[in-house]
Amino acid sequence: MLGELGNFALILAFCLAIIQSILPLVGTATGDARLMNAGRSLAVGQFVFLLFSYVLLTWAFITNDFSIRYVAANSAEALPLVYKITGVWGGHEGSMLFWVLTLSAWTLAVAIFSRSLPREMLARVLAVLGMVGVGFMAFTIFTSNPFERLFPIPTDGTDLNPLLQDPGMIIHPPLLFIGYTGLAVAFAFAIAALIGGRLDAAWARWSRPWTTAAWGFLTLGIGLGSWWAYYELGWGGWWFWDPVENASLLPWLTATALIHSLAVTEKRGGFKVWTVMLAIVSFALTVLGGFIVRSGVITSVHAFATDPDRGVFLLGLLAIILLGSLALYAWRAPKVGLGGAFGWYSRESLLLANNVLLVVACAAVLIGTLYPLAVDALNLGKISVGPPYFDAVFMPLMLPLLFLIGVGPVVSWKQSDPMETVRQLRWILLVSALIGGLWPLTMGAWNPLTAFGLGLVAWILLTAAVDLYRRFQRRRQQGVGKALQAALRPSFFGMHLAHAGLALVVMAIAMVNTYEVERDVRLEPGETATAGGYEFRMIDSDTVRGPNFDARQATVEVIRDGEVIDVLHPQLRFYDSQPQMPMHQASLNRGMTRDVYVSLGDDLGGGAWTMRLYYKPYMFWMWTGCLLMAFGGFLAAGDRRYRMASATDRRQVSERDIDSHDNSIIGESPARSEGQT
Amino acid sequence: MKTRHKRLFLVLGVVAGVSVATALVLNAFRDNLTFFITPSEVMAKSEFPERRFRIGGLVEDGSVDRDPNSTRVTFEVTDTRKNVPVTYEGILPDLFREGQGVVVEGRINSEGVFEADNVMARHDEDYMPAEAQEAIERAGHPEDEVGDYY
Repeated sequence: MLGELGNFALILAFCLAIIQSILPLVGTATGDARLMNAGRSLAVGQFVFLLFSYVLLTWAFITNDFSIRYVAANSAEALPLVYKITGVWGGHEGSMLFWVLTLSAWTLAVAIFSRSLPREMLARVLAVLGMVGVGFMAFTIFTSNPFERLFPIPTDGTDLNPLLQDPGMIIHPPLLFIGYTGLAVAFAFAIAALIGGRLDAAWARWSRPWTTAAWGFLTLGIGLGSWWAYYELGWGGWWFWDPVENASLLPWLTATALIHSLAVTEKRGGFKVWTVMLAIVSFALTVLGGFIVRSGVITSVHAFATDPDRGVFLLGLLAIILLGSLALYAWRAPKVGLGGAFGWYSRESLLLANNVLLVVACAAVLIGTLYPLAVDALNLGKISVGPPYFDAVFMPLMLPLLFLIGVGPVVSWKQSDPMETVRQLRWILLVSALIGGLWPLTMGAWNPLTAFGLGLVAWILLTAAVDLYRRFQRRRQQGVGKALQAALRPSFFGMHLAHAGLALVVMAIAMVNTYEVERDVRLEPGETATAGGYEFRMIDSDTVRGPNFDARQATVEVIRDGEVIDVLHPQLRFYDSQPQMPMHQASLNRGMTRDVYVSLGDDLGGGAWTMRLYYKPYMFWMWTGCLLMAFGGFLAAGDRRYRMASATDRRQVSERDIDSHDNSIIGESPARSEGQT
Repeated sequence: MKTRHKRLFLVLGVVAGVSVATALVLNAFRDNLTFFITPSEVMAKSEFPERRFRIGGLVEDGSVDRDPNSTRVTFEVTDTRKNVPVTYEGILPDLFREGQGVVVEGRINSEGVFEADNVMARHDEDYMPAEAQEAIERAGHPEDEVGDYY
């Protein structure tokens, strides 16, 4: 009964979304304020019904209602309560319900926080979000209904996939989904601006905080996914260039480009057409990611069960989104004038380089991900594109990008002089080169690429610190308080924080790729093996019982300089639901400068086991860096600047013609436009 | 510089960047595409490419031999017609089983033994590596028969 109620609520939300995608647009066409305002109420209603539906599904999980097929397939009596609650998004159908719920939450947030938006703009944005909602809810209801009944009713469920019974899995998918659906907001702003014919600085200013927030969630989601893969999959890797990982990286790359291009659009009125294109492409890539993960075209750890209908539906949805928005783009974009002119060496040109590098990197990853699928679909045989391809393409594109991070923030808009930058940064460059050259010596063998990478890390961190300091000094005579306020302004400080976070991630990558130690060994009780300066002594192995699994467990002492620093318990788990499918549970000792890590292999008999030992330097900083990036993003997104419509904006807003005065933004005082990307 | 020149400069810069990237992509593609070959095709050939390739199929029943004193494992991959001997040094994936689908990546050595540096098995109960399935189908078994090997 409750299942039917949940289904009914979902269908009601779907109907409200249909109305939401039509009424406000009719309102803007006829100038009817009531219809335009209806979008907000509809957004609230849609969210309430979806939340109700979601709570009912969660309730079905908690009360073990195995008459619902999805519950029976993703839960079991013995499943711990926390995994029953998180299991709701552990499978395809439930995760789609979660997806539309987060989309609706973003819609609600736009409706609530965009009071300063002109009524017509808000109406259009909500209508576009309604359309996106219609597409995804139709997908959920018609191909992946989580409330479908099962008969006969099984006495127990088949349990949640053991890989997903893990704390990392509790938060990784939701954050990723929130990031994906957040890009729908950026898309909606772009489309609304195209429909209204108003692509200007004001539009960019409204769109920026949403895009940056969505990017922050996406960053967190990807980082957590990597963290989860690192310890749960037990293979010590943190990025596998798996198609599904790539599916999340692609929109992240274009969203990163979008954030930077929006900065140019807001500050200088430039890149408008390009910015809109990036917003469309970013959103389309999230749908493509959904297709890659959910259609069964690829097989990977992340892939959901195969169903061709779903793939066809998502491909259709992708086609409609692309055709619709590109048609609108082709019709509207040529009428948008060019932005302010800029010199060949200016912040605009550097941000253009940033965009080109990011988009090319995205294209290279996209080709490597889709090429094997295309070859397979055309029956030309089976090939695979391995990690070396991605490494070979990705790294040369990222190195100049990392260098530019240090330069961009100190170069002024419109026109600048390279010699001025050289004068400002030459000492930092020298110090960074020194640090890069010397740092690897603390780790072992010197390697030019590692030295180069670490030099870039120092370069980014130092230029950020110096830029913050210079900004502080410039306001010094106005008092320390004022000066601090200027240097710590959220949008400015957040940018440097995010850049510093990226630098930390790069440092961890450079360190771990060069200096990690991985050894497969055979150990019997009392025997010792060494890896990376640590000794691992096997004590014994026994059998333990978990809530819903049996496990073979080894006890391994980690010894450094003759002292036992930790006792690790790697396990091989046999879940009750899948006794034929043992799972490795690695055991880690984490630290600021290194992780040591034991993963249990096979029982060789006589108490001996194969084990994989790892020494992973600086992994801690990879996750810290991701957190810092996301935090910087959230900080910047929360800057009050975006919520205060300036007088310039209001004047622009009151006029409806196609963007005839984008240059007015250039009239800003130099103090305001300096340094805020 | 005139605006027209500046624009030309920018366009040229972008084109140059994209060309470099394309060159990178093509180059990396040439070196890193891994082709897939079935056991029958392997045994039918007398010469083998220098590059790595993949073989898919089933782990032959009773062929898995673990060296008790190291982490070396030998086994045979079959498409039900022909078998290829494989050797691997390291820890096998969770779901590596006799009679189950497997994909191995590596090179053939001079003794005709496939030295795998990567072994992939299925990762849940109802999934068979696509390449393993393909190998058995290419060996002439209809798709519904493939199910018997689960």
